[in-house]
Amino acid sequence: MKVIYILWLRQLKRYFRSKARIIGSLGQPLLFFVALGFGFGPIYTRAGGGDYIQFLAPGIITMSILFTATFSGIEVLWDRRFGFLKETLVAPVSRLQIMLGRTLGGATVAVVQGLIVFILSVIVGFRPTTVSMIPLALLYMALIAITFTALGTAIASFIEDMQGFQIIINFLIMPLFFLSGALFPLENLPKAVVVLSMINPLAYGVDGLRGTLISMVHFGLATDFVVLGCIAVFVLLGGAYLFSRIEV
Amino acid sequence: MADKNIIHVSDLTKTFNGFTAVNHISFSVAAGEIFAFLGPNGAGKSTTINMLTTLLRPTSGSISLNGYDPVTSPHRVRQSFGIVFQDPSLDEDLTAWENMDYHGILYGISRNIRGKRSEELLKIVELWERRKEQVKKFSGGMKRRLEIARGLLHHPKILFLDEPTLGLDPQTRSLIWNYIKGLNQSEGTTIFLTTHYMEEAERVAHRIAIIDHGKIIVHGTPDELKAQTGTSSLEAAFIALTGRDIRDEEPNNLEQMRMRRKIFRRHQR
Repeated sequence: MKVIYILWLRQLKRYFRSKARIIGSLGQPLLFFVALGFGFGPIYTRAGGGDYIQFLAPGIITMSILFTATFSGIEVLWDRRFGFLKETLVAPVSRLQIMLGRTLGGATVAVVQGLIVFILSVIVGFRPTTVSMIPLALLYMALIAITFTALGTAIASFIEDMQGFQIIINFLIMPLFFLSGALFPLENLPKAVVVLSMINPLAYGVDGLRGTLISMVHFGLATDFVVLGCIAVFVLLGGAYLFSRIEV
Repeated sequence: MADKNIIHVSDLTKTFNGFTAVNHISFSVAAGEIFAFLGPNGAGKSTTINMLTTLLRPTSGSISLNGYDPVTSPHRVRQSFGIVFQDPSLDEDLTAWENMDYHGILYGISRNIRGKRSEELLKIVELWERRKEQVKKFSGGMKRRLEIARGLLHHPKILFLDEPTLGLDPQTRSLIWNYIKGLNQSEGTTIFLTTHYMEEAERVAHRIAIIDHGKIIVHGTPDELKAQTGTSSLEAAFIALTGRDIRDEEPNNLEQMRMRRKIFRRHQR
């Protein structure tokens, strides 16, 4: 337990010591709010959708969690390059513990990042309709964060080169993000897109967050929880297996 | 025999994409001895250490370390040894103290002993005053010293030291060797070391093996090696055995990596 804690703490310390990382990572969500929120807002309203910022904010919060979480896998690569990974791998602790500690650390950072973007969204005009549901929203944020941190860590366990990792992650998360319903409603879309969204774990995360924050659901909150929870467990187990096979 | 030899390697081989780094080597290290594993750059020293310490799976052959096989019971093996790596392995964003503490927790050392030993060791390597600074502000020599202090924090049965005193001044080297010898005598810690400083190996090692081109070419006590080659120092014996050719340095990309890291970070924003 203590080992998981110290690994978790290390991730947090590294995050909070890098002010540039915190501020820098707010640029993208802000750009999305300005460009999409204010850009498409009037059209969305004219089409009868209501306030687009309300619809968009949960999607942008999800996006920032998704990016922070998956890219946290790159820390495994830095640790490999800087030798610190070896220090952890020769210690008499199970690889499962190392994987869990890292994942929980990265996931916590991603949730913190999500909360910062949540505050940012309130500043640009987002108003959660059901404030009492915010703790539940945190649960969905945590599930998204755990799933994608574990995914990033899993991929980082078998890819050793930094550029390769970034390309694969981008290749993976861009479609996940754009087909998740983060930017547009999933209703009345072509059949193919609907099917794609149904096999997209992130879509359930976006839906859960939107359901809890503005009471608008597509799949249903219970479905979101079960699907996302199962995927989180599955990815964690897979990641732990891949992580246990790392050689230096 | 099984009890006397804490490390037993037989017919060990490692190939990387057709290149044989370690070629059917066999040797044993007795419990409580200081064993020097010497060889020119690229001879297969680090590859062997990586296999002994569970970081690499052997292509063939067998290893027994403290009675356990690194392939089938890595966890048991990891409980048996400590290591100071040849390349840096610190977390540069953490402070010196945090690096020590992190290591202590990973090795399950109780808070009391952790604090006491960390203090003692940081004082030996003269980093006590700077324990609250982030490691990235340290010079190369300071990092090396911290790394050694960290490697000595838990007192394992077997201690691997992969070129521990590289780049350190004579004073620090002398302090560190005294500490290591003390550990060897008082706790019976088996020391497995590599170094390019032949006079250090000659002074501290009970037995020596020399590896070249992935094969062990000779092993014995320093005196036996000198007698065998008819030389008066271990350095002369080493050169007589491995030849005068200069080997390519093993690549150390750290500086290059730092540059790439900076560029990458800029790129990410």
